[in-house]
Amino acid sequence: MGRDPSTLLRKYHQAKWDEPIIFEMSVPGERGILVRRAEHEVQDEVGDGVSAIPASLRRTNPSRLPEINQVRVLRHFLHLSQETMGTDVTIDISQGTCTMKYSPKVQEHIATRHPGMAEIHPLQPDSSLQGLLEVIYKLDHFLREISGLDRFTFQPGGGAQGVYTGASIIRAYHAARGDTKRSEVITTMFSHPCDSAAPATAGFKIITLMPDNMGYPEVNALKAALSDRTAAIFVTNPEDTGIYNPKIDQYVQAAHDVGALCYYDQANANGMLGIARAKEAGFDLCHFNLHKTFSVPHQCMGGSVGAVGCRKELAGFLPVPRVEFDGQQYYFEHEASESIGKVRSFFGNPQSLLKSYAWIMQLGADGLREAAECSVLNNNYLEKKLKEIPGVSVRYSADKRKLEQNRYSWEKLYQDTGVGTEDVMRRMADYGLQHYWMSHHPWVVPEPFTLEPCESYSRDDLDEYVAVLRQISKEAYENPELVRSAPHNQVVHKVPEPSIDQPERIAVTWRQYLKKKAKAQDVLPG
Amino acid sequence: MAAVPEEKGEGPRRPARLKKLGVLVNPVAGMGGRVGLKGSDGAEILRQARQLGAVPHSPGRAIQALQAISRIKDQIELTTYPHEMGEDEVRACGLVPHVIGSITKGATTAEDTRRAVRQMEQQGIDLLLFAGGDGTARDIYHAVGQRVPALGIPAGVKIHSAVYAVTPRHAGEVAARFLEGKLNVHVAEVMDIDEDAFRRGTVSATLLGYLQSPKDRRFVQSVKSGGIQGEREAQLGIAADVIDQMNSAWLYLVGPGTTTRAIMEQLELPATLLGVDVVRDKRLVASDVNESELKQLVADRSTKIVLSVIGGQGYILGRGNQQLSPAVLTKVGTENLIVVASKEKLVSLAGRPLLVDTGDEQLDQTLSGYLKVTTGFREYVMVKVGSE
Repeated sequence: MGRDPSTLLRKYHQAKWDEPIIFEMSVPGERGILVRRAEHEVQDEVGDGVSAIPASLRRTNPSRLPEINQVRVLRHFLHLSQETMGTDVTIDISQGTCTMKYSPKVQEHIATRHPGMAEIHPLQPDSSLQGLLEVIYKLDHFLREISGLDRFTFQPGGGAQGVYTGASIIRAYHAARGDTKRSEVITTMFSHPCDSAAPATAGFKIITLMPDNMGYPEVNALKAALSDRTAAIFVTNPEDTGIYNPKIDQYVQAAHDVGALCYYDQANANGMLGIARAKEAGFDLCHFNLHKTFSVPHQCMGGSVGAVGCRKELAGFLPVPRVEFDGQQYYFEHEASESIGKVRSFFGNPQSLLKSYAWIMQLGADGLREAAECSVLNNNYLEKKLKEIPGVSVRYSADKRKLEQNRYSWEKLYQDTGVGTEDVMRRMADYGLQHYWMSHHPWVVPEPFTLEPCESYSRDDLDEYVAVLRQISKEAYENPELVRSAPHNQVVHKVPEPSIDQPERIAVTWRQYLKKKAKAQDVLPG
Repeated sequence: MAAVPEEKGEGPRRPARLKKLGVLVNPVAGMGGRVGLKGSDGAEILRQARQLGAVPHSPGRAIQALQAISRIKDQIELTTYPHEMGEDEVRACGLVPHVIGSITKGATTAEDTRRAVRQMEQQGIDLLLFAGGDGTARDIYHAVGQRVPALGIPAGVKIHSAVYAVTPRHAGEVAARFLEGKLNVHVAEVMDIDEDAFRRGTVSATLLGYLQSPKDRRFVQSVKSGGIQGEREAQLGIAADVIDQMNSAWLYLVGPGTTTRAIMEQLELPATLLGVDVVRDKRLVASDVNESELKQLVADRSTKIVLSVIGGQGYILGRGNQQLSPAVLTKVGTENLIVVASKEKLVSLAGRPLLVDTGDEQLDQTLSGYLKVTTGFREYVMVKVGSE
């Protein structure tokens, strides 16, 4: 039994293990590894292995970690892995704007197992880190070529931190010129929310531009908002809608005319690689999310990198340390008088830099451009197929080709059947697809969903994805209750409404869990 | 991340109480429109409408809405008024209502609407779904105020009130989702225009007040937790920004609306929801002032005017705040307007501009262009202003 070749639909059911939290599985005294007593020679040398640790750092009571043997640990995590719907398990076109492309596993091996990476420490002398420093140095040069800008930093541990770094550089730049009035940053409704949140955190007031009827931010609104108080504009292009703004140079020019800088959020540059560059569009700064465009997995905020680049006039403000090369040796430069300082400890997430470096080296310049072209082609193929599905529409510039992503709407389906985007989203899981990303808030596009079929998905993948959405549309028109009451083939059938609004029900540590559980039981009748 | 279990034990859940839905149809709403009478308020107009061949319009619209609700018929108890005021429409959809009250068939009046709503309130309804126009919303507002959540099925000639859904079917869908516990309530404007003036070609709308109404999920994800959290947080941010930038020497004229009311609440000053209050140095100077008082107040003082956006319509001047007359606005200066609204409210205008209708065309012209609307603490959105 497999996927039905005529409908492309799968008979799927999620595994359900009813797995306890690992702390609940603890059996006192159970051990994964029984550590043997050291040989006499060793004992003579280091003593009991504990008393050499300063008393102030020594535990007096053992930590309350789960006590559990190896095979049960293995089984536990394999069970949990079967209850996920991650990017390596499904056709992950769903997470539009996130660029969930395939991350070649060979990169994982190099970055996590190669002794040159796995066994080094950030406090080693530079002379013993030459390989890694060379990778960082060369990756900087690759991104200079891709963006046209003059210098990059890899310290920020994510896109939003990259934007924050950019905002801090802009603040420092204006301050250095003695221009203290520039307190405002302008962004757009369809730019990522971090383009307003991060500059706000850096102390700026935020002015947002609404989209016009075509979906572009209104250029006259920009001109009305610009003044000698404007520090910078922070924009994406294409925005969440996937529509490329061909007049972007006018926006940049208008900002420059009032002395403001221009920051290009290229977190997702998947439709642009090798085709268009930030420099030629006139931007002063940009950032790439290596965990999007450059194939690094997203890793739950762990291994992300927001690589921020800028023109040479701004390069002095970049964070330290920076990797330099004297013709013989690579080394860290820690001193830079104008630098905004450090935004993350040591040098960020170097294993992710190695993965990006490997990805770029595997593809080469032609390969990067081909990746962009494939992702654009995939997106436009998907749009054509999806627009044939009853209930699907594209709110802005429906007749224009998009770049790498697209924001669709189920508004008609909702009006016709009462089945909305959240209902469809839950039903997708019944066919073995990850739920899709709807939109940032406020929606602007009613009943939205945002898809991004990166270059690594085949036509067959796209066709299966389309077949699932077509099937759900059909179900909505014929049997709306089936969709409303979904998911049916999942571990959890009744999906609680957003628990994000109920912090008292969310626990991210065991201690928190115990505390909140006890409190909940105090309040609720037994 | 783990979810903390909601309750102890695995026992069967108690079946949820049936939700009570009140259904009310103003059978004559909309009759004036089709025959060009621009409204149906009052016995004489209704007589004229009938003479011109107008036929009832709202029952059909109500039926469309009720059909959308029938999917949750097992979870609700329907209470309605006799004959064409709801019973006929409910039965036409194959639903069984609990009928209360009495009317004179074929000769219903606004008093019937008010009485019906009061009686339904006594029955403890969770939601009133009504078919009508601005006049019907006005009658409901006068009868029960904000005590009962209400949602309108658009069936009248004049639909300026924000308590109406976009289409009848949509009204049914929103009502069903609300009764399923999937939607919050918010306060929605009840507007009415002077029909006689409207017939003479001028629009003079009044903001009568606010009804509690289920919040449409068009631009937001549905949220189960109670209250009007999202909008409320936005209002607090907006209030903080306006207060933060207040100059103690200036006068602030705080216009009507719930967003502006939040500013007064943050200042711990009494607010007039439907009027203009005057503040200086965070102290109340005057409450609910009229035009001539305003003219005197602003005559020799630097002044800012704080305006909210009337939901759905997008008016910032000329609806519900006519005391801010062209004379007052000209004296204060159009550069001294502070317009406040949540982002969501601006987005709900779906690309339409903010509207001004001061009664002075030249002034309206001066106000058109782009305005920086305060949407949160140190957060603003550029919005186009126009006149209709």
